[in-house]
Amino acid sequence: MDIIGAQLVNSISYGLLLFVITCGLSLVFGILGVLNLAHGSLYMIGAYVSYSITVHSGQNFWLALIIAPLAVAVCSLIIEMILLRPTYQLGHLSQVLLTFGLAYVIHDMTAAIWGSDVLSIPLPQSLSGTVTLFNQAFPVYRLAVIAIGLILAGLLWFIQEKTRWGAIIRAGLSDKEMICALGVNIQLVFTVVFFIGGYLAGFGGVIAAPILGLYPSMEFQTLILALVVLVIGGLGSIAGTFVASLTIGIVETFCRFLVPELSLFVVFGLMAVVLIVKPNGLLGRQVVKH
Amino acid sequence: MENHVILKIDRVGMHFGGLEILKDVSLEVKKGERIGIIGPNGAGKTTFFNILTGDLKPSSGSIYYKGENITNVANFKRTNAGIVRTFQRNNLLNELTVLDNLLLVLQRKHHLQNVWFKKRNEKKYPKLFEEANQLIKTWGLEKRANEIVKKLSYGEQRQIEILLGIAINPQVLLLDEPTAGMSQAETDYIVDLLHNLPKDLTVLIIEHDLEVVFGLADRMVVLYDGGILIDGDPNEVRNDRRVNEIYIGKEEAAAHA
Amino acid sequence: MNKKGFALIAAVMLLIFSPFIFSLFYLNLVTEILILAIFALSLNILVGYTGLVSLGHAAFFGVGAYMSAILAREISPNFFLTLFASLAAAIIASAIIGIFCVKVSGFYFLMLTLAFSQMIYSFVHQSTTITGGSNGLSGIPSPLIGSLDFSNPVYFYYLILLLFILIYGGLSLIVHSPFGQVLIGIRENETRLKSMGYHTTLYKLAAFVIAGGLGGVAGSLYTSFNSFISPSDVYWTMSGSVLIMVLIGGSGTMIGPVLGAAFIVILETIVSSYTTMWMMIIGIIFILFVVFFPKGIVGLGKLLLQSFSKSNKLSAISGKKSNALYNNDVKN
Repeated sequence: MDIIGAQLVNSISYGLLLFVITCGLSLVFGILGVLNLAHGSLYMIGAYVSYSITVHSGQNFWLALIIAPLAVAVCSLIIEMILLRPTYQLGHLSQVLLTFGLAYVIHDMTAAIWGSDVLSIPLPQSLSGTVTLFNQAFPVYRLAVIAIGLILAGLLWFIQEKTRWGAIIRAGLSDKEMICALGVNIQLVFTVVFFIGGYLAGFGGVIAAPILGLYPSMEFQTLILALVVLVIGGLGSIAGTFVASLTIGIVETFCRFLVPELSLFVVFGLMAVVLIVKPNGLLGRQVVKH
Repeated sequence: MENHVILKIDRVGMHFGGLEILKDVSLEVKKGERIGIIGPNGAGKTTFFNILTGDLKPSSGSIYYKGENITNVANFKRTNAGIVRTFQRNNLLNELTVLDNLLLVLQRKHHLQNVWFKKRNEKKYPKLFEEANQLIKTWGLEKRANEIVKKLSYGEQRQIEILLGIAINPQVLLLDEPTAGMSQAETDYIVDLLHNLPKDLTVLIIEHDLEVVFGLADRMVVLYDGGILIDGDPNEVRNDRRVNEIYIGKEEAAAHA
Repeated sequence: MNKKGFALIAAVMLLIFSPFIFSLFYLNLVTEILILAIFALSLNILVGYTGLVSLGHAAFFGVGAYMSAILAREISPNFFLTLFASLAAAIIASAIIGIFCVKVSGFYFLMLTLAFSQMIYSFVHQSTTITGGSNGLSGIPSPLIGSLDFSNPVYFYYLILLLFILIYGGLSLIVHSPFGQVLIGIRENETRLKSMGYHTTLYKLAAFVIAGGLGGVAGSLYTSFNSFISPSDVYWTMSGSVLIMVLIGGSGTMIGPVLGAAFIVILETIVSSYTTMWMMIIGIIFILFVVFFPKGIVGLGKLLLQSFSKSNKLSAISGKKSNALYNNDVKN
């Protein structure tokens, strides 16, 4: 019973971490129409930058949590302005390929800067302990990740449903021309969305770093899981992404615990099943044409 | 009489979310009929075609083709059974040549599409190419045969749009605004070609150009607000007060556009 | 036409006499290029001709490679056995995966192929008893046909060359056949193809299976060539590499993927003696191609030819048959 409780907390925190990362990916895909295959790389930059900050600031995790996501967001802003903005006329597919090439470049760049060894960030002191609930000890950091994930989910839901920016984003998800009709500068929307996407990836990277560690090719592992969440949750639905990330988090964590050699296999199998039963994802809009 | 009904639409309804596009539309189409379908924009004409071709599944009601319920039959199967459409907006293979566009239709018609170990060229498929070239000639496009479609004028592309539909040898042909955007000369040319279609071919034609549609149709259906307003003889429809009300407003709008 | 025929004969002659021209090191390089060219050609059927961009083609390469490795180690290194078993295994795998993937299009197709290939990767990586896990399988005996041993690199080279020519010829027949034209039609406008009466989903599945099957053949040959296979050959980076080969070479042309494979293999050989940052270099080159030469080396070559000789002759050729997207007369 103890173990199940602990695993549950682990899996939910892992799922919400995936939620944070996938939200950025989903947002960019929905608005720009570009599947950003360098999204995992942005996540990785976030993790490595936060490593450097904690090392140089006497293990100040909070400083990293503030600065690193912004640094990543600025990176993605530069990517949008230099790489994507001049190439919109090439079509979405070419842009996806661009981000793919970029993922290659960033992979070697981070290896050149931070090396290929496995690195780790210690848990922030104030969150490193455990707290006892229902006669059971839970790691505080995991609970904090859950809290952050839930707050973010609530915030995103609020922004998308209740604010003008959210209305623009919802309009953009269903109809690009609508944004223009609303008299909004679409270029600005793209830039802002890409900035936010980068911020979320970087943020995910920082909070993931103390629990998942830093190692080469960490970006692709995360990217692929984020893609799975995106497919299962369906496009353009925060609720769908939320449900899918929790599902994947729980399934993956428990499988790794129960049948470690099949964990990833089960995750992808789950995706296949969802696609057979609900080809548009759990809560997404239609992508399959008959 | 029942034997002559080739297409029967039985209380077909269609809604997207809360928006009702078609309401209980019923229609019996006899073999060889030329039915003109008119109505203002948003009356549900193209949706009606999409349901007939299987591009959309109706929310309610059934469609019978030669007595068989085809409501759930996939669009490509309907094409092979003889229900063929053209599109309101040119929907061609823009990067391929006129000839290649047509050959794709003809190779399907002659069941050659699954030959995969023989190059498709004039030497190996003389009959196929002959038929294609003949059709291209009939439509006055012989100078354009080897041009890439997207380099052609709009009117020429429109012609190919219709040609691809007719080349299949359909039994029921659904023409969605065949002369839309064409010049008067091009329109006359198309109308002439449509007049020469085989007599036993059933044609449903959506058209905004009333001149064209009254010239071609022997029966008129007026769609209005998702339902059939009038179904009858062209002369009757031409003089109907309601049609005039709908269309006078429309033509004035068109004149301003 | 004459020019094209001449270039073709010259290329084949060069390939046939390679063992007498090149040292062993370069001969092996050519062998590797030919094997990866088969792999790239197979993906091109999907990406270039049917318009379905897959980021999971290594799955079938891996299925073929492991099938071949396991059979050669456990049963017999007979070449026909390993080749046809790999082909069959890859066909089965691609048929099953394809059924799901061809239902969707665009980026969803890309994501699904990627996810399925990672599924196969995780199986290969984690099931140590069958596939050797992360260590892979080594000491795979070189192929035999009867008593003929292909451990001799020259013999092996000719074997690969023969297969390459057969596959290249076969595929160029297929893409110009009525069936191949249907695939091109799907790439151009699937909706129209459906309304012409084509069951496009089946054709996409057929393309998927052809691509997967030949990908398996490439994997099988790659195993025999290296006498070693590891999970990294099934990893998505392999899918990425072959996609880059196709796109840098020129997708939707027959010669493009071959040039792409040659370009990547040669570049990697040169670069890796100077730096370990191979991925960064290939990433930058890939980005440059996507932005400036989306039609790849083939398109670049055509562009250069055009600017070099603006003679009437050339314009006559390009006017004769304007399907620039998929005709393969680059050599004229």
